[in-house]
Amino acid sequence: MNASQFRGGLLGYITILSHFYSMAKQPIITVNNLVKNYGDFNAVKDISFEVYEGEIFGLLGPNGAGKTTTLEIIETLRDKTSGEIIVDGFNVDKDPDAIKKRIGVQLQAAGYYPNLNLTELIQLFSGLYGIEKSPMEMLEKVALTDKAKAKYKELSGGQKQRFSIATTLINDPRIIFLDEPTTGLDPQARRNLWDLIKEIRDSGTTVVITTHYMDEAEILCDRVAFVDGGRIIDINTPDNFIDQLVASGFERKKEVKLANLEDVFINLTGKEWREG
Amino acid sequence: MNQPKPYSNFKATLAIAKASFRSILRSPSAVVFTLLFPLIFILVFGFIGGNAISVDVGVAKNSDTDNPIFASLKKTSVVNLIQDQSTADMNTNLLKGHIDAILDIEKHQTAPYYTVNVQYTKASLEKGNILQSLLRTMFYKMDIAAKPSDAPPPVAELKETTVSGREYKTIDFILPGQLGFSLLSTGVFGTAFVFLSLRQTLVIKRFFATPVKKYSIVVGEAMARITFALIGATFIILIGHFAFGFTLINGFVTYLNMLVLSFIGVVIFMGFGFTVSGIAKNESSVPPIANLITLPQFLLSGTFFSISVFPTWLQPICKILPLTFLNDAMRRVAFEGANLTDVTHQLFYLLLWGIGIYAIAVKMFKWE
Repeated sequence: MNASQFRGGLLGYITILSHFYSMAKQPIITVNNLVKNYGDFNAVKDISFEVYEGEIFGLLGPNGAGKTTTLEIIETLRDKTSGEIIVDGFNVDKDPDAIKKRIGVQLQAAGYYPNLNLTELIQLFSGLYGIEKSPMEMLEKVALTDKAKAKYKELSGGQKQRFSIATTLINDPRIIFLDEPTTGLDPQARRNLWDLIKEIRDSGTTVVITTHYMDEAEILCDRVAFVDGGRIIDINTPDNFIDQLVASGFERKKEVKLANLEDVFINLTGKEWREG
Repeated sequence: MNQPKPYSNFKATLAIAKASFRSILRSPSAVVFTLLFPLIFILVFGFIGGNAISVDVGVAKNSDTDNPIFASLKKTSVVNLIQDQSTADMNTNLLKGHIDAILDIEKHQTAPYYTVNVQYTKASLEKGNILQSLLRTMFYKMDIAAKPSDAPPPVAELKETTVSGREYKTIDFILPGQLGFSLLSTGVFGTAFVFLSLRQTLVIKRFFATPVKKYSIVVGEAMARITFALIGATFIILIGHFAFGFTLINGFVTYLNMLVLSFIGVVIFMGFGFTVSGIAKNESSVPPIANLITLPQFLLSGTFFSISVFPTWLQPICKILPLTFLNDAMRRVAFEGANLTDVTHQLFYLLLWGIGIYAIAVKMFKWE
């Protein structure tokens, strides 16, 4: 191999790499200067960020930080005071219906139509989206086929969340929004849900998630944004955030062990997911 | 990714209607309020209807009342003499069998000194027969007393006629009232509970994350509830007709007319339901508010007994309640064979109620 061949090869490689890079960095959600006021209360104060296609994007922050409000505005469920939001090429002000057809939404603590079983609920949502979907196929995606005739309220916490995720996938969305999907779940159910969410990402769907658990965000999210007091403090990959903090001289007060108590819990009780 | 077919609001509406209908059928309270309660009341009142015998006899306005025959009838406990009705009222009541006979006694200077004119009704032949035998026994005794040995002239003569009326049974009064009650509770309670719970459990919010339109949700829910109410009405009418002899004067046509009235009724009552769902803050505040609307109508709208039994100051209030208009129209259609065009008065006032309540519902209803 001579020098020019090498250069050519390298250039080609870089071209492909940069192409791949730009593909991955294609923003699918763009939020510019979003503001939301409830009377005198400023819930969201001039937020701007982008969510890239194919990533799991985490909104992290304490209760009342404005995470849910921000999500619901992007989901077209809530009016904004000002700012601009583009979801998969559509403006929330001009084309909310086009956006609704392209997104799947899991609300925090939402219930489902009373007295219906899972099959009937999927049929209902298929009707709402105006598409034909086999309930069994959807339930299979979240491993709930054996609960096809069960009512939503009869499911365990983890099953409820998986079913909720199934309903977000009915319209083959480009983006799904999950608002605290693992709150209240036991460690096994949590891990089970992480695997499901990663599978969804790997199949090409962008995931926007909120959570209070930093271990979860660290494992699950490609990038996270820290939100507090209606503002975004910083956006980066979990790795970079941790590296930056360590570089600044931060040290944990307690000596870092190679495992934590949750590892002990999983080790003792097994990874198998419980239906309880 | 993109659906080639355009989005169909109609299909979404149907999907909601189907889901809602399934849910209603599985909800015990809906079945109890729409079917069980009305049927129990029909049963109970059906039995109470046939209690101790009393023959209601209207006394004609110009009848002589100062004579031994009248005095003797007055003493008979089985006979209930009615003297406070107008001639016209008396005649209609006779036709319906509300009163069993009309009595008119004429006084003469010569024998026979009294002519007793009695009008019976085919609507109540049995009680007419009781009166007849009472009168005959009375006459026989009087004749004997007046002239024990001699031959007549008799003291009094009896002239009897019979009008042909149709029997107005207890069930003919009770059933339309219970049907109205069923529609009222389905419309008010059902609608209020469903929309409140869909709002509180964020089901509606989740719906809004799909392309479904608001009107699809309302229309879909309404379709399910109306269908359920009409099926309930059909059950009540059929059981009433075949098990308790409820009069469907023109058969199937009367049934259809009753269904149309049921439809109008439940749509109006759903307006109250929408309003209640907007006012109520949580599920436990639905029953008190809904009862505030249903109970007065339940008691004052002639559901169990005719409005005429209420004190006169209360009657004007009774007469303007929507359930009163509905019950009235139902009874006319069911018993008198009236067409919908004959009850335009009632329908007009129902329409006014409908406009009024939906104007309020639009203001009070909350989506979130």
